[in-house]
Amino acid sequence: AAAMPVNADLRKERAAATFQPELLTHVLDGGPERTRRRKEIEALVLNDPDFQHEDLNFLSRSQRYEQAIRKSSLMVMKLREYGIADPDEIYWFKSFVHRGRPEPLDLHLGMFLPTLLTQATPEQQDRFFMPAWNLEIIGTYAQTEMGHGTHLRGLETTATYDPSTQEFILNSPTVTSIKWWPGGLGKTSNHAIVLAQLYTQGQCKGLHAFIVPIRQLGTHEPLPGITVGDIGPKFGYDEMDNGYLKMDNFRIPRENMLMKYAQVEPDGTYVKPVSDKLTYGTMVFIRSLIVGDSARSLSRACTIAIRYSAVRHQSELKAGEPEPQILDYQTQQYKLFPLLATAYAFHFVGAYIKDTYRRISGDISKGDLSELPELHALTAGLKAFTSWTANAGIEECRMACGGHGYSRCSGIPDIYVTFTPSCTYEGENTVMMLQTARFLMKSYTQVTSGEQVTGMVSYLNDLSRQRIQPQHVAARTVTVRINDPTSLVEAYKSRAARLVESAAKNLQAELKHRKSKEDAWNRTSVDLVRASEAHCHYVIVKLFTAKLAEVSDAAVRAVLTDLCLLYALFGISRNTGDFLQAGILTSSQVTQVNQHVKELLAVIRPNAVALVDSFDFHDVHLGSVLGRYDGNVYENMFEWAKKSPLNKTQVHESFHKHLKPMQAKL
Amino acid sequence: SVNPDLGSERQTASFSVEKLTALLDGGTEQTRIRRAVVEAIESDPVFSRENQYFQTQNERYEAAVRKAVHLHKKMHEMGWTENGPEYKYIYRALSGDVAFLLHRVFMRSISVLGSDKQIAKWIPLATQHKLIGSYAQTELGHGTYLQGLETTAVFDTATQEFILNTPKISAMKWWPGDMGRSATHAVVFAQLYIQGKCYGIHPFIVQLRSLQDHSLCPGITAGDIGPKMNFEHIDNGYLLLKNVRIPRENMLSKFCEVRPDGTYVRQGSQKINYFTMTTVRISLISDEVLTPLMKACTIAIRYSVVRRQSKLKPGEQEAKILDYQTQQEKLLPQLAAAYAFHFINDYLQQLFNRGYREIQRKNFDMLPELHALSSGFKAVITQHSTAGVEICLRACGGHGYSLLSGLPSLYTKILASCIYEGENTILLLQTARFLIKCFMAASAGQPVPPSVTYLAAVKHGKCPAKNKLDFLSPDIYTEAYQHVAVRLTSSTAAKLQDLIQSGVKKHDAWNQCTVQLVQAAKVSKIYLLI
Repeated sequence: AAAMPVNADLRKERAAATFQPELLTHVLDGGPERTRRRKEIEALVLNDPDFQHEDLNFLSRSQRYEQAIRKSSLMVMKLREYGIADPDEIYWFKSFVHRGRPEPLDLHLGMFLPTLLTQATPEQQDRFFMPAWNLEIIGTYAQTEMGHGTHLRGLETTATYDPSTQEFILNSPTVTSIKWWPGGLGKTSNHAIVLAQLYTQGQCKGLHAFIVPIRQLGTHEPLPGITVGDIGPKFGYDEMDNGYLKMDNFRIPRENMLMKYAQVEPDGTYVKPVSDKLTYGTMVFIRSLIVGDSARSLSRACTIAIRYSAVRHQSELKAGEPEPQILDYQTQQYKLFPLLATAYAFHFVGAYIKDTYRRISGDISKGDLSELPELHALTAGLKAFTSWTANAGIEECRMACGGHGYSRCSGIPDIYVTFTPSCTYEGENTVMMLQTARFLMKSYTQVTSGEQVTGMVSYLNDLSRQRIQPQHVAARTVTVRINDPTSLVEAYKSRAARLVESAAKNLQAELKHRKSKEDAWNRTSVDLVRASEAHCHYVIVKLFTAKLAEVSDAAVRAVLTDLCLLYALFGISRNTGDFLQAGILTSSQVTQVNQHVKELLAVIRPNAVALVDSFDFHDVHLGSVLGRYDGNVYENMFEWAKKSPLNKTQVHESFHKHLKPMQAKL
Repeated sequence: SVNPDLGSERQTASFSVEKLTALLDGGTEQTRIRRAVVEAIESDPVFSRENQYFQTQNERYEAAVRKAVHLHKKMHEMGWTENGPEYKYIYRALSGDVAFLLHRVFMRSISVLGSDKQIAKWIPLATQHKLIGSYAQTELGHGTYLQGLETTAVFDTATQEFILNTPKISAMKWWPGDMGRSATHAVVFAQLYIQGKCYGIHPFIVQLRSLQDHSLCPGITAGDIGPKMNFEHIDNGYLLLKNVRIPRENMLSKFCEVRPDGTYVRQGSQKINYFTMTTVRISLISDEVLTPLMKACTIAIRYSVVRRQSKLKPGEQEAKILDYQTQQEKLLPQLAAAYAFHFINDYLQQLFNRGYREIQRKNFDMLPELHALSSGFKAVITQHSTAGVEICLRACGGHGYSLLSGLPSLYTKILASCIYEGENTILLLQTARFLIKCFMAASAGQPVPPSVTYLAAVKHGKCPAKNKLDFLSPDIYTEAYQHVAVRLTSSTAAKLQDLIQSGVKKHDAWNQCTVQLVQAAKVSKIYLLI
């Protein structure tokens, strides 16, 4: 298309920014060199005619699946051709090819291959890894069943060992035991790693992973004893063939059980793994990725909503003057800027959790499991916290775009439906929050019994100190300085401590009244979720604040400080009850917080467009007519609409089929 | 046979379900009629929705047209009429999956805004579907700010015609339902110009397509605006007008008229032209908001007693997920809200019917209050219900994301209601404007409309509740809500005055207070709800 000049409003916005967006992009990417490399890879994909196609919004589900498969196959070849092997670079490449959307090989690349690497024996790796690497074997990870997702121990699929033939016999004994949801299972995969209850020598040994061939290599027909297919249309994920799998007395050789940790010997003797926690490693990894994904998805939605709000003019602020940009309305700023601040906060948390995962998984491979419980608790909580917040935030961005946000040309509906399942997959969010709460309660108990705890929960140590030396509580006057991020970190810390303590006390009170521990837990679970949320909120404010000191450019640091303050103060403003009840803030301080939030909106206003430009999403990747870099929205909406399937003919066939015959009869 | 987990739940209810259903319907006779309509529609294969989740946009649209045409026949067969008691249940029974919905708005606009002569000419044609109407107000560049609409209608005294134009790309009509493919006519809102003078927004009946072959009329460009989050069965459209001429008689002229010599005559407020929107705001609550919320609660709560997951006690069967406190905290408040909204909706309908009768008699006294109430409640109810449906969706675990759960399409449909017929933030600010005005009047001892008399009855003092049982007393909690409502309105009014007195211009002061104003407007409606 002929290049159109950039919209005048956007030009003005960009000229008014107080900092250089490229420098902030470097901060987000982790250095200028990484930005350069990312853009290089982006150009490789975007300039490649093989990866171009019609707007997906106009394609049927089947066509979208086909496009995705086509691009995925090309992608795997080209990655090798270009010699791209670094995980981050692969991620970039894949994300540009699929424009941030899921694709049928996601489970093969993200679950099947990594599980082989971590749980297969060297012999198994020899047999499966290279064929899988070369896509002769395409695999998926079949854990969830129709009747069980959260409660893994309740999975019903069985793998019964038959020593006479040295085979496992796999069965889906009930309707509810049918594997349901795994991505790539419906049409794409010829193998699956199946989680099943292992039975040997008449005993159930719990869940284990098995490599199960499901389709004939070559013909791709399902194997005898296997029933497999697509589970039907969903909320988004059109290009993904989430599938079902039913197995009837399906036999696989003994060597197909993943036996790096647990083993079944030829005679059926079961050998236990050293630690059963290790099998959850893949889940922890994926959860840590969701934190970064929350940041990216919310950033994309903010980019669209903020750019559009700068080009959209509506109503009047002053009688007789031209209609203002809607970004000048306080209510619009109040919707969007806290989300922008949240997106930045989540970026830094995502980077932190990724580094932490790398560090701790290094320790784990050396046999040091000491930090695993905290890592597990932290990723579970942050996964839930960030995905819930981003999910709601994306919707707010869409609604901030008025009616046009509802059109698929805005791109936000797609971002939303692609992102929203992350509230549920890899651990349902409420369940995740309760797992974090379990860790918090354990830490609290340790502290009350005189032990010290370390890591992100070390603030709980102060609780016991307060109890031992009550004069400290009196001495601790409320001195929250609402202009100082460090002081706000302390406020969030106190709130977390207070909510953890109150959940723990409620739990103890329930325990006194009820016999069952589980019952007491259930009756406290609303408080427990709140405690976990407060803990995560504290961690995020703390990490965002810590990041400020690492930023060398003064102008960038200044604008990030504004965002950090807005993030922290907006959070207080939304949870004033907690801060008041705990005596952290006074009622008049709350009024000041609310006022300061509004002042910060005005401070951030001139930098809003530059702050979303810094995310550096290419238009093709953004996939939004409203969020275009050049701001030429209306012309392009009309061009887009003309391609709608309903516009293929001037008079729709339903006129001749239905309308005309009716009118003729009247 | 019924699932035993559901069966056992039905044994333990402490009240008669039939009686509560009758209460919701407004009497056993209403329940009977509703069920008869549902039965007639569900047993008719043409209305089947069985394959809808597998259909393309084109197929969904065609099915919707087929159903609309069939419905016309069906109503005749069953003896249902537009004024009969069955009519309001048809849409619910069809789950809205039918074309020509804007046709009703087209007809209502003519009934409300048209002269007797215009009603006599157009309504019979529309009733018989000889023409299909749409309602073209929103443009590509303007939705919220109606005064900013750019479509023009210039009166040509010589030919006694209006000449309609969409002079630039942002003036193009954009979004109207049924306009992309179906409509032959539309009520088009345009800036009226007579002899170079602009008289503001007025409604005009414009023919878009030929009644013979459905081809576009000269000067008209129209089409579908492309895929959306939902409403795939509706052809939301765009419309460009280039020197389209329509007779003088096509301007709807119950309240405003252009005489043959170009004299402009108006009766009552110009705001009356927006009255169609006010009526739609009220009527959408029941069909587009309450029903989806109730359906979502039904789906999520039933599924939560059938779905068993994890164990509450070791050694026992896995528990129904509805027995988890966190699940109850998600779902039960949504259920309570659905009931609350149902009852406030009844109240609004009655109030509105009364107001409608007054306006037909050209008494516009109730208009500001009706406008404020319809705006505020539309915003609060749509926003809360949209969030509620999403909570229900996410309370169904992974299976909630399958289209077959029904929840994704309920959600993507209800969420549009936060925007159409007035964007919620804007509506809340309009409500706030009314509240501030009334608060000032009340403070000055002047009379205020009945729904806001509480603003005058300021009670200072603390909540007298001493233990948790006290909070179950309606007096205590309604008074607490009233207190918050008054406090937020009065503190915002005070802030506004302070700013103005300190020299801030009025409009800037208003903009600086809008976050608070929105909050005050929301709470005022929640108080009335409670």
